[in-house]
Amino acid sequence: MGENLENINPKLYKKLDDREITVEEQDEDVADEFDAREIFDIIRNINDPEHPLTLEELNVVEQNLIEVNDRRNTVDIKFTPTIPHCSMATLIGLSIRVQLLRALPARFKVSVEISPGTHVSEAAVNKQLADKERVAAALENSMLLGVINQCLAPRN
Amino acid sequence: MGTLELKQSLTGHRGRVWSVCWHPKGANLASCGEDKTIIIWGLEGPKWVTKMILTEGHSRTIRELAWSTCGNYIASASFDATTAVWDKKSGQFECNATLEGHENEVKSVSWSISGQLLATCSRDKSVWVWEVNDDEYECAAVINAHTQDVKKVRWHPHEEILASASYDNTVKIFKEDAADSDWSCIATLSSHTSTVWSLSWDKIGNRIATCSDDKTVKIWREYKPGNDMGVATPNNESVWKCVCTLSGYHTRTVYDIDWCKTTGLLVTACGDDIIRIFKEDSDCDPHQPNFTMVCSADSAHAQDVNCVQWNPTIPGQLASASDDSSVKIWFYNE
Repeated sequence: MGENLENINPKLYKKLDDREITVEEQDEDVADEFDAREIFDIIRNINDPEHPLTLEELNVVEQNLIEVNDRRNTVDIKFTPTIPHCSMATLIGLSIRVQLLRALPARFKVSVEISPGTHVSEAAVNKQLADKERVAAALENSMLLGVINQCLAPRN
Repeated sequence: MGTLELKQSLTGHRGRVWSVCWHPKGANLASCGEDKTIIIWGLEGPKWVTKMILTEGHSRTIRELAWSTCGNYIASASFDATTAVWDKKSGQFECNATLEGHENEVKSVSWSISGQLLATCSRDKSVWVWEVNDDEYECAAVINAHTQDVKKVRWHPHEEILASASYDNTVKIFKEDAADSDWSCIATLSSHTSTVWSLSWDKIGNRIATCSDDKTVKIWREYKPGNDMGVATPNNESVWKCVCTLSGYHTRTVYDIDWCKTTGLLVTACGDDIIRIFKEDSDCDPHQPNFTMVCSADSAHAQDVNCVQWNPTIPGQLASASDDSSVKIWFYNE
């Protein structure tokens, strides 16, 4: 997708420092719940479909736009497309969904939505991402799944 | 409050189970899902066991199945864009017809009461009506009335009238015009504010219950031309009005609803893992009915409940299917 970049010169953002692991977290006898930082760590290194950059570096995902309620099994994520008419918004949302689907226990209900007011087709993209039947059908499409896996593959 | 008693949890599917359907005599149950198989369950003594597993009919997820009224056929709708019809002429269920034509995923399938018509709908926004003649299936109509993905089709319980629910937030009703045998949309039911996932006719066929991503359930009533209530009926066609909205009960998307033809109870399948049962208040105004929630089974499944269906012959018995890979058999005690 190198030839026709929609956003030629995206703004870059500083990455968060690595998470410090506390003594409590290393203690196997202490049950620790999922928190926003942990969810952020799962999705921060997803690659942008257009740029050799992560969603964190492009500020598409941010820790403070993640809400987690471990006891109620909910994870709500808002993401911010780099430009308001980004045609990759659905693909980015889908990549976030798939990453969490694979990483989190099945009990979690994940919602992935565009940060309010940051995209021209916000409602349509949100509706599509929330429709689990259409998401399931999309993930059976091997071409699309290939593209998503590329976004999710770690870079060295 | 009534209680929902779990009779048995049936395991066998790998991955999400999308749909369950009772045999019309109520002694067998069929289920299907993302593992591309159909499992037929039956009783052995007090226990439900796998009687048959149907494979190789579809290359992708089987979204829904429907048993014909006579009980001799099963139709299955798949994301592979085809609908398969299985029969047991050879003694075993075999796929002997594959209906092609939809451009992409087939979402739902339904047999008319006579067994002479089959309806399918798809993400390609169309509803197809197929005529059945001696095991040959011929497309009688392609209806492009919806503007988005069509989620569900259901025939009227006694007549050749079809209802469909869509991602475009509406339900539409279709009938064949006797003059030119063209199928056309005779009513559009607009009130839901998001995807309508499912619908169920009542026993008589003059009411429809719908459920939606907007977390509500709605009850619609038919007003025929010349009705006593003075509801205007332009074009001399029935008008459908929303006479009741059940809101505040479901906390996530309502994926399925079934209106019991014997008890009149409504059951819903919800993305919050709960199965709820609603009962119509006795002596309420039929034009402003009231429904009371009589049961709410928390954590009925470990994940989203995708489908619920009342047993057609055993009042109170019901089956459910879930993302948690299981099918469950329940009994509702008042």
